[in-house]
Amino acid sequence: MTQIFAYIPFKNGSAEDVALEFPAAAGKIDPTADLTAVVTGAGPDLDAVAQEMAKTYKEVIKISHADLAYPNAELVRKAMTDVLPHDAVILVPHDTFGMDLAPGLSVKMDAAYAADIVDFEGLDGTTLKMIRQELGGAVYTHVTSDISAGAVITIRPGSFAPIEAGSAGGTVNDKSGEVKDLAAKRKFLEVVEAEVGDVDITKSDVLVSIGRGIEDEENIELAQELAEAMGAVVSCSRPIVDAKWLEKSRQVGTSGQTVKPKVYMAMGISGSFQHLGGVKGNPFIIAVNKNPKAPIFQVADVGIVEDILEFMPELTEAIKSQ
Amino acid sequence: MEILVCVKRVPDTAENEFELNSAGNDLDRDDLVYSVNEWDNYAVEEAIQIVDNVGGSVTVVTVGDDESEEVLRREMAMGANNGVLLSDDAFEGSDGKGIAAILKAEIEKGRYDLILTGAQADEGAGQVGGMLAAMLDYPYASLVNKIEAVDDATIKVGREIEGGNQEMNEIQLPCVLSIQTGINEPRYVGIRGIRKVASVDIPVKGAGDLGIDAATVGDAGAKTKRVDYFVPDLGEGAEMLEGSTDEIIEKLIEKLKAKGGL
Repeated sequence: MTQIFAYIPFKNGSAEDVALEFPAAAGKIDPTADLTAVVTGAGPDLDAVAQEMAKTYKEVIKISHADLAYPNAELVRKAMTDVLPHDAVILVPHDTFGMDLAPGLSVKMDAAYAADIVDFEGLDGTTLKMIRQELGGAVYTHVTSDISAGAVITIRPGSFAPIEAGSAGGTVNDKSGEVKDLAAKRKFLEVVEAEVGDVDITKSDVLVSIGRGIEDEENIELAQELAEAMGAVVSCSRPIVDAKWLEKSRQVGTSGQTVKPKVYMAMGISGSFQHLGGVKGNPFIIAVNKNPKAPIFQVADVGIVEDILEFMPELTEAIKSQ
Repeated sequence: MEILVCVKRVPDTAENEFELNSAGNDLDRDDLVYSVNEWDNYAVEEAIQIVDNVGGSVTVVTVGDDESEEVLRREMAMGANNGVLLSDDAFEGSDGKGIAAILKAEIEKGRYDLILTGAQADEGAGQVGGMLAAMLDYPYASLVNKIEAVDDATIKVGREIEGGNQEMNEIQLPCVLSIQTGINEPRYVGIRGIRKVASVDIPVKGAGDLGIDAATVGDAGAKTKRVDYFVPDLGEGAEMLEGSTDEIIEKLIEKLKAKGGL
């Protein structure tokens, strides 16, 4: 019988949304598998999340240690390696902590590794078939892993429909005693909060958001003129901030701001999942991109295949003349 | 500081529209434009800036075929001092762990204080750096967007975490870091720069040179394998507006008015 363990990330004593997505993912791997939640941390926050998880998971493994109060991947890895069986299938969210933890965990568990999985196609013997994306979401691939000696798998948050939180009384097993010496060569210092910019893009109902298609810093003016005509605000995708053409506070995405506008104009944005992860609240999405195969057209409500550098000024003029 | 940067030759997502081959199980690779993985340029730039400040040297390494030599030369044109190509038929079909094991063998033949990778490459897994660190028992930090020297034994690194926040850590050397885009502005490489390093010798090492058992890497050693490529039918997708630009704009303005965009 497959034993699946889900690493539950949490903040301030409350589990992240992915905690209710793991059971759906585990069910697609093997509907008969035993699924156990794993929570690591310290203090009342840890106890609170362990109790919360026991409503949904039949078994919760709790690992408590003062040094785990802030999640340090090297220590969490050591704790999990000490506690979990070596043929375990371990699910981890593909987020910034998961990317720190999971690859090294697969080495220490001597297990197969599969990253950023968006769907499972089931288990055939000990061969697990999965779906993931490559090349920034331009193509999908099937991959298989031999999980006979265990596996570490990161799943993309938001890819599996969350189950309803349960009310069944699961058991919390405190396995803190099984963790041997915890020591790390990396020490957490502090979190530096993102700087607040001149404009709060999270407050705007309409965003004109630009990506690589803007091509040059001086073309940003075209987006500003369009936004002005629409009474909107200019936001952007990551490459624009990397190039230092706009402030970080204008970036939409998992590593930037989460926005909930009514209308989102994706101008020259290909539509990576990291970018779309920052677009919430089901806005009306208009995508303009000269590449007809851009992934953004799969999620947009309205698509236009045009070069934004030519299209935006014409749209601005048309709006002004209304 | 002796710095090794692991780089990869990848299909350029900015230059290609990806199509499947006629059998539908692989990319149509005939006309693909390849370049160095975008993240790796930031890693190499960071390494060069560190060496400019504190001295030492930058070596770039890749696991790949003969054609991968061009990305090593490009990074040497940026300013990396040495290049090493790890190439062997036995390496083909390696999964992330296979690649990490090959790199580990090369690293153990040298003496590096700092090992950098890009935060991710074409496959988007972001796996090799973390695996390499665990195999070497070195500390690791992913998604690094700031590096500050502290002393000979320690550096301070910032990691990009959710919401645009930055997690600061102190990390002991030697260590492995995966570098996020935006940490610096990679310098431009012109034709002249490439010409300068065109005749520099780049050693090529195979499984035998590295002391690697061929059965543990490549397709033979891979627990995770890609079966095929596909483009899923994701439903209807967007309603595409067609016609002349004027017609499109007229339709779009109607929709914007209906949805509160104007």
